[in-house]
Amino acid sequence: MSTPVTRRKPPRVGDQPLFRRALIGIVLVLGAFLILAPLIIIGVEAFAKGWQVYRDTITHPDTRHAIMLTVLAALVAVPINTAFGVAAAWAITKFDFRGKRFLLVVIEIPFSVSPIVAGVAYLFVYGLQGIFGPVLDEYGIKILFAIPGIILASMFVTAPFVARELIPLMQAQGRDLEEAATSLGASGWRTFFSVTLPNIKWALLYGVVLCNARVMGEFGAVSVVSGNIRGQTNTLPLHIELLYHDYQAAGAFASASILALIAVFTIIAKVALERQGAGRVRRPALAANPAEKTS
Amino acid sequence: MRRNVLPGLPLSLGVTLFYVGLIVVLPLAALVFKAASLGPEDYWRIVSSSRALASYRVTVLSALGATVFNLFFGLALAWVLTRYRFPGWRIVDAMVDLPFALPTAVAGIALTALFTTNGWFGSILGDLGIKVAYTPLGIMIAMCFTSLPFIVRTVQPVLEDLDPALEEAAQSLGGSDWAIFRKVILPLLTPALLAGVSLSFARALGEFGAIIFIAGNQPMSTEITALLIFIRLEEYDYQAAAAIASVLLLTAFFMLALTNWMQSRALRYTVRS
Repeated sequence: MSTPVTRRKPPRVGDQPLFRRALIGIVLVLGAFLILAPLIIIGVEAFAKGWQVYRDTITHPDTRHAIMLTVLAALVAVPINTAFGVAAAWAITKFDFRGKRFLLVVIEIPFSVSPIVAGVAYLFVYGLQGIFGPVLDEYGIKILFAIPGIILASMFVTAPFVARELIPLMQAQGRDLEEAATSLGASGWRTFFSVTLPNIKWALLYGVVLCNARVMGEFGAVSVVSGNIRGQTNTLPLHIELLYHDYQAAGAFASASILALIAVFTIIAKVALERQGAGRVRRPALAANPAEKTS
Repeated sequence: MRRNVLPGLPLSLGVTLFYVGLIVVLPLAALVFKAASLGPEDYWRIVSSSRALASYRVTVLSALGATVFNLFFGLALAWVLTRYRFPGWRIVDAMVDLPFALPTAVAGIALTALFTTNGWFGSILGDLGIKVAYTPLGIMIAMCFTSLPFIVRTVQPVLEDLDPALEEAAQSLGGSDWAIFRKVILPLLTPALLAGVSLSFARALGEFGAIIFIAGNQPMSTEITALLIFIRLEEYDYQAAAAIASVLLLTAFFMLALTNWMQSRALRYTVRS
């Protein structure tokens, strides 16, 4: 954040006090209606029937199970995704190979695919009418309508999250430091842990935080593959839908308030990490062919 | 080319290809395979059925409406956040990411509560004769909410990096603010705006969680394509689900190609050595 410039002779475009105030006013009012109001109403509705109902919902076995399942999905999916993100970033930024640009696009695919399409796609791999479904069924392995399916679908929707934070940053940092470390005799792992990791730790954490928020909040993809079995394969977002359609609005909003709280903490963590410099190297670099830069 | 001395290519590339193959490519290939196994006539009959066509119509039109709104609101928001300093601007800046961080189902029930006929906004709009919840307007509002950050976050960095000297030069030549905005600033922002618009539009097309609560989900009028896929699944009509899902998938690929093209165009103006 640069310090605001106080001494600027001709005011910049759009700096007339009246225009400025009007624009700030319009933007703040619209923002309050569209972004702030939904957050506030979750709290209001969650406590609409009083503290007791709120507590009863949160401590209900089904809700507790949904929370546990959501946490479990995040505990499995996020670390695996992080490892993948680091590996992808290392391969893509430290080496030149054919098809790199194509690989970048493929990694970004989940970002533009509808979560419902993702869920359906998984059905045709692991479902009974899918490629592996009949074989898995023969051996009694349940992936769909069970926890592994939920985790796989979450991994699909969040696949680009860590990679997309690391790749632009590691591209900007270049290869010199790692090459120096290797030429001095450091092993690959040592180079990564003592040279690369300290340089990317904030961006890595940034990606992990965003990935975690998405895994915990994923709805569309998970609702296709989970089978919505109450107390068994219901994650927190699915539990919210169930309560809502059961006309238990207060309960739905009480459960939603947990996820809203996670969202608020995610944003606070995001701002804190941005102060450390994460998220600075902006996204467009991901689409670029790194070879073009050096030429 | 320099010889690369760094280790780890086989491992890192192996992990990457395995993961991308298993998690991303395999399921999508399975979906395409399933849709292709239908044969052209059946495929065409399903994807061009009147109910499917109605769902494309409401999805695309709502997404267009939401994207146009976000284009103006997102640009204004990015402008205010980069050009003006006012108490609490940091909080506003952080709040822009809320639609990304808030789970879509949570956003869906919150927006529905606000816009139903006895909700905070719904009751006021109802007095004016405007019905939002359970109409295409509700779908549009949900789409506006979920895809707003895309435009703000793609335009903001470009706006931050804009060289003040360009504006000063235009001012010294006597340009009015509006003329400078239109002829100097806007052309520089256009690539980023277009990239943001295509991201926002793509997201709106595929959105599900935020919409199903606020849309009435009535076939032929307020049923989005993503929901139609879901309904076909619940009816165990997997072929139809695959066919309609493949339409959304192809649209997503098209949007992805468009976005990448626009981003690489945008990059011509933003990358500095």
